[in-house]
Amino acid sequence: MRIVIAEDSVLLRAGLIKLLETSGFEVAAAVGEAEGLLAAVREHRPDAAIVDVRMPPGFTDEGVRAALVMRRETPGTAVLLLSQYVEERYAADLLSTSTSGIGYLLKDRVADVSVFLDALRRVASGGTALDPEVVSQLLLRRHRDPLDRLTPREKEVLGLMAEGRSNAGIAAALVVSESAVAKHINGIFAKLDLPHAEGDHRRVLAVLRFLGGDG
Amino acid sequence: MASLSAALRVRVHAPWSATAWRDTVFVASGVPLQLAGWLILGSLWSFWTPVRVTPIVLLTFASVLLLLLALRPLTSWQRERCWAMLGFDIPRMPGFDGGRAWDVLRDLRSPELWRVLQYHLLVAPFLALGGLAVIGAWTAGLALATSATYAWAVHPGDPLAGHPQRVAVLTAAGVLLLVAAPWAAAGVRRLDARAASALLGPDRAKELQRRVEDLAEKRASVVDAADIERRRIERDLHDGAQQRLVSLALNLGLARETLTGVPDEAMRVIVEAHEEAKAALTELRDLIRGLHPAVLEDRGLDAALSGVAARVPLPVRLRVDIEPRASSTVEAVAYFVVSEALTNVVKHARANEVDVSVARGGDVLRVMVRDDGAGGADPSAGTGLTGLARRVRSVDGTFRITSPAGGPTTVTVELPCAL
Repeated sequence: MRIVIAEDSVLLRAGLIKLLETSGFEVAAAVGEAEGLLAAVREHRPDAAIVDVRMPPGFTDEGVRAALVMRRETPGTAVLLLSQYVEERYAADLLSTSTSGIGYLLKDRVADVSVFLDALRRVASGGTALDPEVVSQLLLRRHRDPLDRLTPREKEVLGLMAEGRSNAGIAAALVVSESAVAKHINGIFAKLDLPHAEGDHRRVLAVLRFLGGDG
Repeated sequence: MASLSAALRVRVHAPWSATAWRDTVFVASGVPLQLAGWLILGSLWSFWTPVRVTPIVLLTFASVLLLLLALRPLTSWQRERCWAMLGFDIPRMPGFDGGRAWDVLRDLRSPELWRVLQYHLLVAPFLALGGLAVIGAWTAGLALATSATYAWAVHPGDPLAGHPQRVAVLTAAGVLLLVAAPWAAAGVRRLDARAASALLGPDRAKELQRRVEDLAEKRASVVDAADIERRRIERDLHDGAQQRLVSLALNLGLARETLTGVPDEAMRVIVEAHEEAKAALTELRDLIRGLHPAVLEDRGLDAALSGVAARVPLPVRLRVDIEPRASSTVEAVAYFVVSEALTNVVKHARANEVDVSVARGGDVLRVMVRDDGAGGADPSAGTGLTGLARRVRSVDGTFRITSPAGGPTTVTVELPCAL
């Protein structure tokens, strides 16, 4: 799998390259700013790009903006955003274009190597990986609406779904059976008035679209 | 004591004392300057006294113009006189002093000009009269006190000779005048100094107002500087320590995942180090976030606060309505208020629910944080509340907290948006 990295910290960039190469990814290019990222993506057509949100020259949300441009130019390229803080507004920006092949994680998660690689693979294969912090912020934004009708357990399941986990992943995280998870999910769909959809991927899409809401 | 000080005053004002002479010289030197205003006004008329209307108007106009042009030099001479002879400093008037003489035309509407005119035309003549009286007292005193000698030595045929009673009366009167002259001089000097400082110096009320404005501006810039400093620290930590720590944690994580055949002991150390690094990262992130979150600058209070609220382990109802955006310093304070208040709620309140609202009404940003907790929060107990109140005061905001025992606790903060 071919990856492009955009990260302005030289140290972390080197660390990421080492991590990815050790784990069998191919790093097509590693750049230090947003403009370079767009050029590298146009040139190398990678499967996924790992993008730091805060990059030169402005050190605010260059990464998010570059990712949006990238999604428009090369919709097939998955994006995994890394940020020191996850802000649901940035996530909403991204999710508003499409929810497939999108990831948004706290930078710290890189340290949990297997979790990080798992998220990267999920994103590269068209899935979603949202940081639990983003999910909780998204849930908060929707505090007033039908989410209130969910039981605490259903909210937990919804949160894990929104992070991009499969039924099996949710079952493992909550230490329950997969059928129990499926039951909760059906309950959520019923309460949220979501049309019946098939397969993990479309299900997550629906939930995310709901969470991203008007964004 | 009273008698002592009275004796002292008599000595200080004795006709031969330095004070007496200083006052006299000061008062006498004032006379020409004090009469100058009217002299200038009348000077043209002494050359030519027209009888027809047009020339009269013209001449009046010219006289006034002449006087106006002379005002600045006259004022500055008065100031110099006070400083040189009394060591008494009349502060300059900002916006009036320092200009050129003809700037006076531009100042016609400035209150300073009218105060200066008041001194030179209304008060000065009386002071000049006082000065002349002092000079007169000295002269007459000296003449009378020495009349006997004069009569005896210089004019043997003087009418006074042979009238010892008259001589005695006149001498006594002279001595009295000599004694009184220093007191009169001191009195005139005091009046002059007072009038000069009131009319030629800066207006006190205006000066105070200017000072308040000045201080407010200075404080605003100090607050802004602190805010900028916080942002700088945030960026330094973010670009430095935080990146290094992430990279360290990444390498340790990599080692943990990929190293095989490592002795258990060593692996345990690696695992511990990895966990430590991750914990340090979390702590550092919270710390940096408290300084100044980047998203605040970027997306404003609403986005930044929803991030804060999401990290609180309680349901938070958040309403933010702040169009148009306030200055970044005010936003930073509002952010700090909410995040500190929420931290307090989590730590102390034992609440089930928190309500946060930030709303802008005109020029005031109203921040309210209410929880349904145990109440009894006391700002004087040295909790985070004190720092909070201080931070609010730094931008002239008001801070109120109601927290009866048993709850609920409401923190209300109002921040003026226009500093």
